[in-house]
Amino acid sequence: MKSGLWTMLGLTLLAVYLSAAPARAGDPEQICDVPANLLATESSLRKVAEAVRSGQPLNVLVVGSRSSTIPSSEASAYPAKLQAALKESLPSTTVNLSVELQGAKTTADTADTLVKLVEAKRPTLVIWQTGTVDAIRATDPDDFRSALDAGIGALQQAGTDVVLVNLQYSPRTESMISGSPYLDNMRVSAHEHDVPLFDRFAIMHHWNDAGDFDLFSSAHGVELAKRVHACLGRALSKFVIDAAHLGPAQQN
Amino acid sequence: MTSIADPISGTQLADAKDASAAVAAAPAITMPTTSERELRLDLFRGLALWLIFIDHLPTNILTWLTIRNYGFSDATEIFIFISGYTAAFVYGRAMLQAGFVVATARILRRVWQIYVAHVFLFTIFLAEISYVATRFENPLYTEEMGIMDFLKQPDVTIVQALLLRFRPVNMDVLPLYIVLMLFLPLILWLMKWRTDVTLALSAGLYVLTWHFDLYLSAYPNGVWAFNPFAWQLLFVFGAWCALGGARRMSRILASPITLWICIAYLFAAFLVTLSWYLPQLGHIVPRRIEQWMYPINKTDLDVLRFAHFLALAAITVRVLPRDWPGLKSPWLRPLILCGQHSLEIFCLGVFLAFAGHFILAEVSGGAGIHFLVSVTGIVIMCAMAWVISWYKHSADKGAARYKSAGGNADLAGGAV
Repeated sequence: MKSGLWTMLGLTLLAVYLSAAPARAGDPEQICDVPANLLATESSLRKVAEAVRSGQPLNVLVVGSRSSTIPSSEASAYPAKLQAALKESLPSTTVNLSVELQGAKTTADTADTLVKLVEAKRPTLVIWQTGTVDAIRATDPDDFRSALDAGIGALQQAGTDVVLVNLQYSPRTESMISGSPYLDNMRVSAHEHDVPLFDRFAIMHHWNDAGDFDLFSSAHGVELAKRVHACLGRALSKFVIDAAHLGPAQQN
Repeated sequence: MTSIADPISGTQLADAKDASAAVAAAPAITMPTTSERELRLDLFRGLALWLIFIDHLPTNILTWLTIRNYGFSDATEIFIFISGYTAAFVYGRAMLQAGFVVATARILRRVWQIYVAHVFLFTIFLAEISYVATRFENPLYTEEMGIMDFLKQPDVTIVQALLLRFRPVNMDVLPLYIVLMLFLPLILWLMKWRTDVTLALSAGLYVLTWHFDLYLSAYPNGVWAFNPFAWQLLFVFGAWCALGGARRMSRILASPITLWICIAYLFAAFLVTLSWYLPQLGHIVPRRIEQWMYPINKTDLDVLRFAHFLALAAITVRVLPRDWPGLKSPWLRPLILCGQHSLEIFCLGVFLAFAGHFILAEVSGGAGIHFLVSVTGIVIMCAMAWVISWYKHSADKGAARYKSAGGNADLAGGAV
């Protein structure tokens, strides 16, 4: 019993330490820092690296649902911010970006359209944001998984690099939408197909915990959305460049 | 070595006659004959209730104390197993003493109580979601607000909720429990005939579920988050343990080989779980094992989860003997009290989780407030358990008489 209490105490202290550590490490000046481990990936983006090294234009296609945009301020949403950040980091590369919004479509719906989209737009990199609609509609996680596998497979077959983007961290709807089966399946599927997963959920969760953004509050209007998307775009750009192993040499 | 089934062997004098009658009536099983509570069951059910509550709240420091972060299984397994154990313990005795019809009638009354509790929780959920839907406007989350769309068709949604087909997040355990309890008369009747055959049938159904992909569909689409065809195995296994199985297993449980297998498995599970949180450790799990293992299916009670629970239970039973003095300690009293009134405390926990979300949303606060909400919730759960216990023992004057009439089935049968 005594030792049990001590273990509990020890675990609590450890948890306190672990949860406090990132907050202390964060520089107050630099809002929306992302810890390195949230941007680490073992998978790489070979096509992107090839394009940049050979001076080809980098064509990015963002396929996503409504959380890939901000109503009536598309220019402030993360895809546009990603393009800007990529251009800034890769000044000698032409970065083209198009967005294909498929609101209210499940992963299975979207997966069927991916091949056609890729044929039409010939992207180097497809950023596929998905999972939210499935979570809202409580799609069978097994069906979700097979749709995801099929979609990624089709994209890889078509010869593009793929980055998956998962759900937003949405504390206000956490008691209504169960995201974990979809988050888990995306993680596993990305790992199996050797595709980098941009963990939007964990990153936003971190920002909320670290106090960068108060995602619980309903008081903020469109400004909060714009700031979050700006940070997401920057983080995503860094993630893409890291996953393509583009060192400073290529970036100039 | 003390097995979890010890209360069964500890026959008290007063019940000795019943016991012999019971044995004569049903040679296949030994029925529980003592009225002394197995405090370890209450303790761990109370713990499961606390953990479920914490897991339902947004992530905070306390979340790191819940067992799902250290292995495959979580509090749900503990809860369903102990529920099966206590339900069989209580209603199994009722079936031997009062017959199949009376026991079934009592079980059905319990099912009704759980159903009413579920509908009550759904009403609270509706209130919360309607409030959020009208007050919350955040352009960041226009998509997620799509979850409110069901409010546009209350005629369909509410009927589906009453049919247990539409269930909001965190409200999946009670429907599972209702279905399991509905089949309890059949389970007990079969167990009265042949305990082991019943367990084998249950395992057979589990295998068939995986083989033929049996499920219950949900509304508007998808399946029940806890597939009753699969989760019944844990419930029936609990019942089997209560009706003598645990005692017969005691030699296996006492063997050091079992202990080391359990420890090795728990450690392996811990490493795998660690690799989820620290992607740098991804390479410690070989790719072939990964492909075979994932996804670890909670809906259908993955074998890995079931095994993880068994390993935890085996070690717990070994480390904590039934007569462990700590069980009488005032420090564990709140947990035990919560475990003794599990239906009420479970419902309260779900409600408090809703309320906690709500408070966190209204009072924008950091980790401190999150922690405070969790702790306050647990304190409220304990206080409520104490009040309920006071009602049953002091305020409700008939309680004592009712109990001595041999009908303490429902009293002890806080059998959720």
